[in-house]
Amino acid sequence: MSLWPADVQERAKELIGRYPDPKSAVMPLLYLAMRQDGYLTEAGMGEVAGWTGHTPAQVQSVATFYGMFKTEPLGQYLVSVCTSISCMLLGGDDVLEAVEEATGVPHGETDAERLFSVEHVECLGACGGAPAVQVNYELIEGSTPDQARALCRWLQDERPEVVNTDDMQERFGGRRSFDWAIAESENAVGPYPAFGPYGTTPGGEV
Amino acid sequence: MSHAQVLFARMAEHPTDSHTLVMYEATGGYVQARRAMDMTRDEIVELVKTSGLLGRGGAAFSAGLKWSFLAPARPAYLVVNGDESEPGTFKDRQLLERDPHQMIEGIIIASVANEVREAFIYIRGEYPKPARRVQQAIDEAYAAGYLGKGIFGTDYDLDVTVHLGGGAYICGEETALINSLEGKRGEPRLKPPYFPAAKGLYMMPTIVNNVETVSNLPHIFEMGTDDYRALGHATDTGTFLFSVSGHVKEPGNYELPHGITWRELIFDVAGGMREDRGLKAWIPGGASAPWFVPEHHLDLEITKEATGAAGSMLGSGAVVVMDETTCVVKAAERVVRFFSHESCGQCTPCREGTTWLEMILRRIEAGSGRPIDAELLLDVSDNISPGLTWPPKQTTICPLGPSAVSPITSVAKYFADELRQHIVQGGCPLD
Repeated sequence: MSLWPADVQERAKELIGRYPDPKSAVMPLLYLAMRQDGYLTEAGMGEVAGWTGHTPAQVQSVATFYGMFKTEPLGQYLVSVCTSISCMLLGGDDVLEAVEEATGVPHGETDAERLFSVEHVECLGACGGAPAVQVNYELIEGSTPDQARALCRWLQDERPEVVNTDDMQERFGGRRSFDWAIAESENAVGPYPAFGPYGTTPGGEV
Repeated sequence: MSHAQVLFARMAEHPTDSHTLVMYEATGGYVQARRAMDMTRDEIVELVKTSGLLGRGGAAFSAGLKWSFLAPARPAYLVVNGDESEPGTFKDRQLLERDPHQMIEGIIIASVANEVREAFIYIRGEYPKPARRVQQAIDEAYAAGYLGKGIFGTDYDLDVTVHLGGGAYICGEETALINSLEGKRGEPRLKPPYFPAAKGLYMMPTIVNNVETVSNLPHIFEMGTDDYRALGHATDTGTFLFSVSGHVKEPGNYELPHGITWRELIFDVAGGMREDRGLKAWIPGGASAPWFVPEHHLDLEITKEATGAAGSMLGSGAVVVMDETTCVVKAAERVVRFFSHESCGQCTPCREGTTWLEMILRRIEAGSGRPIDAELLLDVSDNISPGLTWPPKQTTICPLGPSAVSPITSVAKYFADELRQHIVQGGCPLD
């Protein structure tokens, strides 16, 4: 018996159908489970095990291997600050400090009302627009401590239901790695990557 | 700058719609994939071999030769590696976002060459926007009949699936990527016996190619191998995408031929140093590469051979530039921290060694360095990569561990005094 509503089950079936072996669908299904519960609960991981044919222990071992699968409750906004070499050279550490200060949340933690989770992360592939920040994996390049503080205040005051990379870049970003050129219409709805086939965007319709 | 633009040409000329099928076809797109449909595996493999195309993921191995190793068992799989995570590298992100059809056409060519009916694009999890662009392009290609059942009206079926990673650098290593795609922890496999071309995805023959490598294929077909080779240097054909970051005035991705010098790249192409400060050092090919310094390397030609002979590599093409205000201990700590964080933990020298290297560097930077630490850093490094040679010797399943040694040997070689000062003064002399 699945814990998931019928439409989510349909999505799970579709995702499994994309691979020659159902076991391969464990990562997309873990993202689906995160969207259902906000993070990976033991029940959610058990559900993924049932769908993919892994044991619950195998699913847990996969989930804990990858940094983006979170097994503790997360805030509505996961703010990730890159402090790898290129971002560090251009002030990524100061941006991290500003984010921790503005949210009151240190690296690796979530506040009591589950609004913010904060982490410093390794290279986000935005080195030409360093320092880089992501909110729910949506990118902002060319940040500064002041802009990062303003970003956190905006999230706190406005509590947007979705976040859009272009919108945040426009308000709180600076130099980009390259010209983004094309308007991004998709938005992230929670602390997991917004990708339609995984049902983790508004367009994904789960 | 007048260097020929190939992979970046369409996005430069058509900035607002280079990602659409309409623009891709209006600029000659999918003509070469159609041509490939009428060619045999041997013909295509030979063409790619002749082109001299080297893999662009970091190892710079001949793409055509890699394909020729494909074992006869079927089904065979193609996996495109878009797990771009080497610190300093951001070129694939631009290719994925701005010209996804170029890669998809390359996928069709690579699939036909390797008798592949099912291909996967593994995109790192932190790249949702590139993944969305690629998915839109795939959807367009399916609708046009270029992917799916009977592509281009032939009886050839080809499915392409985007698989999003979970935030683990190690999955850029091809056997770890395959494990990840099978729904396992992204831990590298031993080679031998698990060479992907023989025992890859689901233990079947598998080709793993980087996004940039695959994106080159339509151009090799269109230009012909002579013109393609002429774009580059005798031994490094075609163009190469450099990701330049750090303390330069104009960071960014640059498509260039091999054979220019580092001086040209840093001071002409990337605009020179910010605030006209002095150049202290640069990483020539991603975090795994040993560093270069202006006294020795500025006028060196940028080729695979010259870079290798000078004790480093071009790797993924990521050039990280550091000015005179940079603390090399902190820079080394940041690079080592990356490898320590991303070590999968299978092999003791890497798991323990990177952890110790990070701790030692951190205490030196914080002012608690011990007199023995300079020696200890090299000793631990030697246990990860015996002899501290270049190319490095491996005590581990994959090259991640030995990569963490590069910043240590670089600092020991060029900045031993600065390291010693940290320890003697009990803190960073640049603070």
